[in-house]
Amino acid sequence: MTGSPPVLSVDGLTKRYPGVTALDGMSFEVRAHEVVGLIGENGAGKSTLLKSLVGLVTPDAGTIRVRGEAVRLRGVAHAGSVGIGMVFQEQSLVPNLTVAENILLGAERSAVRGGVYRWRTMTALAQEQLDKIGSTIDPRARTDTLTFAQRQMVEVAKVLTIEERIASEPVVLLDEPTSVLERDEIATLFAQIERLRKRASVVFVSHRLDEVLEVSDRVYVLRNGRVVAEVDPATVDATDLHHLLIGRESGGSHYHDEAQHDCDGAPVRLRVEKLSTGGCRDVSFDIRAGEVLGVAGVQGSGREDVCRALFGAIRASGGRVTLDDRPFRLGSPRAAVRSGVGYVPSERRTDGIVPPMSVAENLSMAHVGEVCAGPVLQARRERGLVEQWVRRLGIKTPSPQTPIGTLSGGNQQKVVLARWMIDDDLRLLILDHPTRGLDVGAKSDVYALIRDLAAAGCAVLLLSDTLEETIALSHRVVVMKDGEVVTTVETPKGAKPDPVVILEEMV
Amino acid sequence: MTSPDTAQPRAARPAPATGPRPAAGGRPRQTWRPRGTDAVQTTASLAALVLMILVFSVLDAQFRSLDNLVAVVDAAAVLAVVTVGLTFVLLLGAIDLSVEGVIGACALTVALLVANSRTGLDLGVLGVVVAVALGAAFGLASGLLSTRLRIPSFLTTLGVYAIGLGVATILFAGERPIVEDAWLSGWASSKFLGFAVASWVAAGAVLAGWLTQRYTRVGRYAYAIGGAEDIARLSGVPVARYKAAAFAVAGAFYGLGAVMATSQLGSGVVTAGSGLNFSAIAAAVIGGTLLVGGRGGVLQSMIGVFVLTVLQNGLILAGVSPYAQQAVQGVIVVAAVAAATWPVRHRLGVVK
Repeated sequence: MTGSPPVLSVDGLTKRYPGVTALDGMSFEVRAHEVVGLIGENGAGKSTLLKSLVGLVTPDAGTIRVRGEAVRLRGVAHAGSVGIGMVFQEQSLVPNLTVAENILLGAERSAVRGGVYRWRTMTALAQEQLDKIGSTIDPRARTDTLTFAQRQMVEVAKVLTIEERIASEPVVLLDEPTSVLERDEIATLFAQIERLRKRASVVFVSHRLDEVLEVSDRVYVLRNGRVVAEVDPATVDATDLHHLLIGRESGGSHYHDEAQHDCDGAPVRLRVEKLSTGGCRDVSFDIRAGEVLGVAGVQGSGREDVCRALFGAIRASGGRVTLDDRPFRLGSPRAAVRSGVGYVPSERRTDGIVPPMSVAENLSMAHVGEVCAGPVLQARRERGLVEQWVRRLGIKTPSPQTPIGTLSGGNQQKVVLARWMIDDDLRLLILDHPTRGLDVGAKSDVYALIRDLAAAGCAVLLLSDTLEETIALSHRVVVMKDGEVVTTVETPKGAKPDPVVILEEMV
Repeated sequence: MTSPDTAQPRAARPAPATGPRPAAGGRPRQTWRPRGTDAVQTTASLAALVLMILVFSVLDAQFRSLDNLVAVVDAAAVLAVVTVGLTFVLLLGAIDLSVEGVIGACALTVALLVANSRTGLDLGVLGVVVAVALGAAFGLASGLLSTRLRIPSFLTTLGVYAIGLGVATILFAGERPIVEDAWLSGWASSKFLGFAVASWVAAGAVLAGWLTQRYTRVGRYAYAIGGAEDIARLSGVPVARYKAAAFAVAGAFYGLGAVMATSQLGSGVVTAGSGLNFSAIAAAVIGGTLLVGGRGGVLQSMIGVFVLTVLQNGLILAGVSPYAQQAVQGVIVVAAVAAATWPVRHRLGVVK
């Protein structure tokens, strides 16, 4: 193995988005028949890295080498032709086609002659791929009749079709492959990875540390777009990895810690009892007025479901919620807004703003009543209100009439926050990843706004990308795992717990 | 913009653990029947058809006569052919509003190319082939316009509809060409095994449509594109090319429909396709070829064709006025679409 170049090597890969550096000189390598683990928190650069490796993202700088040869990847199909295949986290099978069609889609070879399908050949070719992984899935079954785990196996089989296109062994990238699997299915997947190793190299990406340690020969720890450590799973344990994963950011002032307002003795604002949705079960907690309650959990923990159900964006199957001791109706965003609940969604571009509409319109959107006389919009009143908030939050915009889509992410997010803050009677604000995609300065501004809101007595429910942020901003943190609340950790000012304590509950 | 770490390819995340799990070593039974919501939809529309036939049969002795069965089939012929074509567009998840324009142009074309009262031409079969090819060309134009210029098919096909009608009107030139080709006229007038020749042509077209859908790349990729366009693209499917091809296939069927309509009308008529676009979309959707794409197929669409035709026939026999019939058809279409999308309505976040 020594002497020959690594199967895949990445050198100094860099990718910048406006306001964020997703990859910052990322370097690592994968050798033949090796299972390499990549771990990192959200925002560490995992997804951007994987997308660069299959040609969905064009890096700004750095090189990708396959067997020593530099490649510029143009897309998934091209990546496949040089031997890199990926099993996507959000599965990439067409649900209404058969398993065989999916496995061979776009590369049917002898199964299609002159545009005409030869189903027998297609089934046989797909069966060959399924046999490689010892799967008993029927290639003629319709894909949407399979279980999630079965579909993942079909994806693995599909990725292995690139073996037929290249002379050498492929690199298979597995993006968070276990995040939606049951325990026994994970065991099957791990057995599959062992089998895969005989014919390919594997990159296993996950945020579940124990799993990464279990399957990998080597583990790279990613943080802030670069590799911060390369470790041997035999010599480290999960706690060591936790520390590497989180790192240490210096200075508490970033989070405006001193401004954390004491809310002991304040009345309970929101009480949630046994809330259940498709993704969570019997979740109970309460938030006092002026309190910031963080919800921590990995992907699939159900925490997104909780906040979306509270705002009525998704349906709740059960549970009782009271707001200021009055029953609160679930399932209607309009009712939520009317009773003083605001929601800042995680997908700002698609759910948070209407990009072509002006800053002013976006700002007054949820409380148009404030700027109307009867059904008529009062342009002057709107202008006054908007100018006041633009000044107050320091929103950098050429004018209130500028389309919000042209502002930076941080300024867009301030508008979204202002949308709720103009309601004098805002009682609860649900923040779903409020700092996602923002640069450091904008994040700090958003933190300050959250502190102000809490100090003014508004209850805040916070979901955040990083644990550090969650702990720093919250008075208490509810930890969720597999759809249930596992514990609640006090995180008062001046006595913030070590993130590792919470991380260990999460995974 | 979405942050880099959240922008996943947008695959519909399927609910876990649906469908039968194969026992270890065993295989799930394999069938080609549509499943899940598709099956529900198809079963429901079949049941509606049967129920309608039963009700009309009880109400009206004339309805259950053999002659009336023949009349229903013959009346369904043109709509069937047009709906087969439209099905390919709907499978993509696109829409085609050009049907009546394309049929107008093709109808005049075939009427002027076979033996007729205006031109001295007598091309016979070749005239039919040219008309079908013209239909395909119109379809290809719709497809290329929407894929190359990235304009929604709703608008491009609306434009092609107008172009088709314009071409038809120019060809019409103020004087209707009467078809004098005995062979073509025979499609409508001669019978073979009890049914009009046109009905056999339609049956052949349905078979051709089914084979295309089942055994060709155009057909299978239409399912893939309609099912998950981004995934198809990620897999290396040349999406734009196959979209345009599916539109062309659809156009060819409209061309054939125009030929059949011309044979029935006995002359080249600009408005030969009048009302067919609505009926064809309705028939397809009623049968289970949903507008979301990737669902249903040629055979399902045919159920819808018969639902509409039987309904019309039954209402005529029942003495309902033609104006009321149209309204009844409208009500049934909306009800059928509501029923068809019922199982997936919670996934339709925004309805435009």
